[in-house]
Amino acid sequence: MSFRPSLTHRAPIALFLVVLGCKERVIEKHPSLEAARTTVLPTPAGDMRANPEPDDGQWIRPAKDYSSSRYSALDQITTSNVAGLKLVMTSSTGIFRGQEAAPIVVNNTMYVVTPFPNNLIAYDLTKPGFPIKWTFKPAPETAAQGVACCDVVNRGAVYVDGELVYNTLDNHTIAVDAQTGLKRWDTKMGDINLGETMTMAPLAVNHKVIVGNSGGEMGVRGWIAALDVASGAVVWKAYHTGPDADVLIGPGFKPFYSKDRGVDLGVKSWPGDLWKIGGATTWGWISYDPKLNLIYYGTANPGPWNPEQRPGDNKWTSTLFARNPDDGHAVWAYQMTPHDLHDYDGVNENILLDITVNGHPRQVLVHPDRNGYMYVLDRATGEVLSADPFATINSSTGMNVTTGELTTNPAKEPKVGKVVRNICPASPGAKDWQPSAFSPRTGLMYVPHNNLCMDVEATDANYIAGTPYVGMNVKMFAGQGGGGIFSAWDPVARKEVWRIDERFPAWSGALVTGGDVVFYGTMDGWFKAVDARTGKLLWRYQTTSGIIGQPVSFRAPDGKQYIAVLSGVGGWAGATVAGQLDTRDSSAALGFNNAMHELPKYSQPGGSLYVFALP
Amino acid sequence: MSSRFRRATARAIARAIALTVGVMTGVTGIGCSRPAPTPVATLRVCADPNNLPFSNARGEGFENQIAELVGRELHERVEYTWWAQRRGFVRNTLKAGTCDLIVGVPNHYQLTATTQPYYRSTYVFVTRDGPNADIQSLDDPRLRTIKIGVQLIGDDFANTPPAHALSQRGIIQNVRGYTVYGDYRQPNPPARIVDAVAKGDIDVAIVWGPLGGYFATREAVPLHVTPVSPQQALPALPFTFDISMGVRRGDSLLQKRLNAILAARRPAVDSILRTYGVPRVDLPRTVSMARLP
Repeated sequence: MSFRPSLTHRAPIALFLVVLGCKERVIEKHPSLEAARTTVLPTPAGDMRANPEPDDGQWIRPAKDYSSSRYSALDQITTSNVAGLKLVMTSSTGIFRGQEAAPIVVNNTMYVVTPFPNNLIAYDLTKPGFPIKWTFKPAPETAAQGVACCDVVNRGAVYVDGELVYNTLDNHTIAVDAQTGLKRWDTKMGDINLGETMTMAPLAVNHKVIVGNSGGEMGVRGWIAALDVASGAVVWKAYHTGPDADVLIGPGFKPFYSKDRGVDLGVKSWPGDLWKIGGATTWGWISYDPKLNLIYYGTANPGPWNPEQRPGDNKWTSTLFARNPDDGHAVWAYQMTPHDLHDYDGVNENILLDITVNGHPRQVLVHPDRNGYMYVLDRATGEVLSADPFATINSSTGMNVTTGELTTNPAKEPKVGKVVRNICPASPGAKDWQPSAFSPRTGLMYVPHNNLCMDVEATDANYIAGTPYVGMNVKMFAGQGGGGIFSAWDPVARKEVWRIDERFPAWSGALVTGGDVVFYGTMDGWFKAVDARTGKLLWRYQTTSGIIGQPVSFRAPDGKQYIAVLSGVGGWAGATVAGQLDTRDSSAALGFNNAMHELPKYSQPGGSLYVFALP
Repeated sequence: MSSRFRRATARAIARAIALTVGVMTGVTGIGCSRPAPTPVATLRVCADPNNLPFSNARGEGFENQIAELVGRELHERVEYTWWAQRRGFVRNTLKAGTCDLIVGVPNHYQLTATTQPYYRSTYVFVTRDGPNADIQSLDDPRLRTIKIGVQLIGDDFANTPPAHALSQRGIIQNVRGYTVYGDYRQPNPPARIVDAVAKGDIDVAIVWGPLGGYFATREAVPLHVTPVSPQQALPALPFTFDISMGVRRGDSLLQKRLNAILAARRPAVDSILRTYGVPRVDLPRTVSMARLP
């Protein structure tokens, strides 16, 4: 059987341009990069990933494996031949909003979830050109768009037991038969009329799917829940504010630090009953350790109270949780940013590694947080082993691993009636949702992140009922080198190994392969391949829109390695383009517009799947 | 002065008014149509379908009434684009080009161009009959103990002026928050805070005047509405606001026509606002009148 992908006739031209582009543009010089070039990186002994799984060439969940490595062992595409990578197929998703989802590949089919209205498109990988097999349209309530916080994104589906499970913006968790595209079950988990939405990708564990909500700014009380894979019935649900009984904190709860111990802290760390609308939603990533039988995830910022109105730690906002996935009970919790002042959600990815720390083997999770610290925690106990800045930070001055406490900088606290300039990181954090990758071959993490600071100014009109809302004047601006950074981080040596400056926040996920090639996309539309050891740019391709999706790698029935990514700018950072915001309005999209005012010059709205392979 | 002369003067004034109205109609009418995506003579209004006393889908709000008034002056039929008035409202309505006018926005609102203000209102205390009915200052010591309701918007660092003013005074433990979005399945979600005063869940609500003024007269128990003093809590935290109409930036023709209508029909607008119990704290008008076209 011959395999002839369509559009190959276009590839030579594209490749020609791309190669020219590579030659004329030398990667930005940076001291650490120069250092990296002169250092021969040792290949780490053994696979540092927790519970490494053999690679079957599929990609059944957005993070690839339970340890969230986003590492594909496929190695046909290498640093030596990636320059010959060609576009083999592209297909419009039909929705021109921010495309944050990871394509899912299983049983010779690729599945893509679009932004609202959250269609699920299946592509047949056995046929030339990967034609569309079917499209499932859940038809969510149109009004969901009116309550969604930051564009109408979706971070993808998960495959489990013959079905694709994903969340819709109007709070339905839906299971779709992977073969037929017919709905198996549909469970309503929340209500858009209460400000609640769902955007995260579920994780499937022990025949359950774990999901959580978004909408902390709307006065939503955050939760995480498990649904039965076969029926969609809710097995357990844990809130992130309120009494221990609601948070599923029981006798088995053993936080490492005394600051996180006590009864009903989800009530007592708030004045009055403010916890009832206290935020702490769950819109990010979940990892899983099958041996410890624990899931790991972080909660979002407190809302909707302004900081001076909610004295206290405001538990359990901006907190890492370890829970038993079978009954939902919390085993430990660690609050990274108590009494958050800057919108530093704690929802970013947790990469599970087994590494040597101070001469001892430790089971850890590595978490690059919005507050700018690269946390390394013992994932069995919740002890912080290290927390090193991976970006410019002045909103805090340090992290004490003995007490687990963050030392905040009072000079950078936003206050009403006061202008506070140059707060770093800005609200989207040193790093937002965009997930990192880890290669067991290089021992490095590949971290797409932001380089943004902000000024916060009071405004003379906050909220007036019956008029459209005017927020506080938040102006974000890019740091030196540009608004984004893509860097390689050594979690053992606890330092950056190389970095690439980007004009805009690096808002796409990262992928690393067995060929030592790292893939990521930029908001100005480039899909890039760089050397995993040096950061050297090896190949790039200009897509029709900015990229904020999650690249994946898979083996098709023809035996070849493919790389797939969605292009389509949007999300919070890309709302300037996807939402057609007025670029003169610096406070639109919560002040992000100011840092992004050049984006429309570089990117148009879009929504397309791109698949690449060697000829 | 003879009665004949008086009659002649009256006729002259009437002619002058008629002429003015005629000119106004010429300016604002068909002869000068602004570029619009559709040739149909419609006034396309962006509004919330569930937000009394401002607007609702049945046309029962004072902004509906004012839109109708403007439509009559322009000889245009009022059509609505409905969208919940929360984050993204302007982006998805006015800026998306599906409508051309937002009836109420703060003056100098940064997301739109604004007309001259047509009313100025204030935050108010809403209380039940009884010992707290006379509260009029944020510095009243009773506010340290009684149950206070405020509305919350919940964005980064920003909230309603009373929420900020109370926390600056250290009044925190006895404050209950009502998200301004509320439960959109219920009618007029922002009104829940006034219901809470009537039911006794809270002793006082501090809300935007038009909301308090309207709902206070519609509860089962009598409620008192008192403007908040001082009118400003900090240089950047006022409790009174000028309200204008909002149009797309660059739509200066519609902006001018609206300014002309608001000047010419001010008594009619005032009458609508009075009917809905909107508390007014308008400044002297000399400045704004002088700048009208």
